[in-house]
Amino acid sequence: MLVGHQPKDFLLAVSGLTVSFDGFKAVNDLSFYVEENEIRVIIGPNGAGKTTVLDLICGKTRATSGSIQFRGQELTKLRENEIVQAGVGRKFQTPSVFEDLTVFENLEISFPRGRTVFGSLTFQRDDTVKQRVEEVAEMIFLKDRLNTYADQLSHGQKQWLEIGMLLIQDPDLLMLDEPVAGMSVSERAKTAELLNRIIKDRSVLVIEHDMKFVEDIAHKVTVLHQGQILSEGTMEHVKNDPKVIEVYLGH
Amino acid sequence: MINSRFFNRSELLGFLALAVLLIVILPLSLDIFRLNLVAKYLTYAFVGIGLVLCWGYGGILSLGQGVFFGLGGYCMAMYLKLEASSVANTKIQSTPGIPDFMDWNQLTALPFFWKPFHSFPITLLAILLVPAFFALIIGAAMFKRRVGGVYFAIITQAIAAILTILIVGQQGYTGGINGITDLRTLHGWDIRTDHAKFILYFVEVVLLFGCIVAAQFIRLTKLGRILVAMREQEDRVRFSGYSVANFKIFAFCAAAVFAAIGGAMFTLEVGFMSPSFVGIVPSIEMVIYTAVGGRMSIFGAVWGALLVNFAKTSLSESFPQLWLFGLGALFIAVVLAFPNGLSGIWADHVQPRIDRLLSSRKSKSVAGMIADGAPAE
Repeated sequence: MLVGHQPKDFLLAVSGLTVSFDGFKAVNDLSFYVEENEIRVIIGPNGAGKTTVLDLICGKTRATSGSIQFRGQELTKLRENEIVQAGVGRKFQTPSVFEDLTVFENLEISFPRGRTVFGSLTFQRDDTVKQRVEEVAEMIFLKDRLNTYADQLSHGQKQWLEIGMLLIQDPDLLMLDEPVAGMSVSERAKTAELLNRIIKDRSVLVIEHDMKFVEDIAHKVTVLHQGQILSEGTMEHVKNDPKVIEVYLGH
Repeated sequence: MINSRFFNRSELLGFLALAVLLIVILPLSLDIFRLNLVAKYLTYAFVGIGLVLCWGYGGILSLGQGVFFGLGGYCMAMYLKLEASSVANTKIQSTPGIPDFMDWNQLTALPFFWKPFHSFPITLLAILLVPAFFALIIGAAMFKRRVGGVYFAIITQAIAAILTILIVGQQGYTGGINGITDLRTLHGWDIRTDHAKFILYFVEVVLLFGCIVAAQFIRLTKLGRILVAMREQEDRVRFSGYSVANFKIFAFCAAAVFAAIGGAMFTLEVGFMSPSFVGIVPSIEMVIYTAVGGRMSIFGAVWGALLVNFAKTSLSESFPQLWLFGLGALFIAVVLAFPNGLSGIWADHVQPRIDRLLSSRKSKSVAGMIADGAPAE
């Protein structure tokens, strides 16, 4: 299917990616390609290596072999902060926000300016920053909580705040690890609405277990099993794949 | 929005209270011997301010601040010693013009790394740059490899121990266990007189307020907020596009420079520098002063240094054996019961009462004004 394509046609090209922890191959010779403005969902049973794939792309885990090309740039050689600056944003499974800082300060830290030591010493909170922070705070339903310390927020609000922190980074590739896990039904609906709004003009890579949610947002689904691709295609295609039903959906 | 003023009301109050105490009350009420003791205590406040930034805000616990205190102190002592070792002063030595301890150790020429300390401007630069450079090397070696937490603390202790052993062992170059003693003049000005001690006290207080302002400036920039963020969620900072290691190195270097200024003042106030202020025990004591005062408060660190040292002097005069146990118990008590130290107790228990008192009075007077104004309508 991919013969004739050069990897650089894709926003993200993962090829032959392998990582082994003490001989155990959590991700085994994995290849997949994400196009510009595509929403890709990765599903799979527990231990399939979904989170590890995101860890590898964002540099949290180093690959044993293989390559990850982002806009033609090799990510496996870069440090985490350099990968962020290249345009890849990552949301973690458990909300990781700065609880001792306010919502405003949380968002401000993620604003892509003054990221060096001296840049942050001379950083000014000017109108551009304030406007952008307020804009994003409105999108994530926290406009009236700007001066609240993040430890006062509910679980769902923390998840939104972290999504907001990614949004303000304005990444070209957004990676979300179970964004609706642990949310109430109404929070879940709001999050879907939020995600549908923020995925415009960027590619998104989502790990999610909630099949309803996956069906709502996915352009294409990749099913992982034991560190390898079991099936890939539209939700319709994947749902009817007997291999997928066997190891994942059937349970 | 969020407070945009440099000091908020309670910080301004803290600043003024400290200024009145250090500039007016203490110099007027203490004799020069006691005032010189206060000056000695205050040298540890510099270290404390650095630890507030590095440990309180950045979460980097260094148990080796004595290294930087010592480096600053030794730089100053080397300059003073060279000035005291003029050819005229040392003509009875077999090699006149070099420090006496070098002569005792059969050195016949000044070692190359002593030579720049003939110059006062270079000495001042060295007091700031040598510790900063040293901290940069340690920081880069540790933080780039993601060594942190307890491991970092243990390594800083090891460095403190190594430096002490090095100083003691290299007697001919460093003065050994006795340190560098018999310091007399600074740029021709005799630092041993009461008058000089009085002036040095005020120089130190001015420098201390300079450091307080500098630390407050750092705290209020985005860098200060990144330090807090890093303490809690290192990975989130990393994945917000920052190089966590560089920020840690900065905090560690800043703390080193503050400590070095304190060390240099210590040499001037006390008149000598020795390895007993470099090693593990003094380094841990410095952390205790900061913990007692409150590791999240710049002013707390100053109060902690003053109060614990005052207690140390008074108690160790009467119970020299018990003092170290007392200090250890104090540290455990603070960590277990008051993790934010004295400043935390102040902020949680005293400040709210003052605020309530002030606001109730204000609302009373407002109520009075309304009552007065009502008949006129």
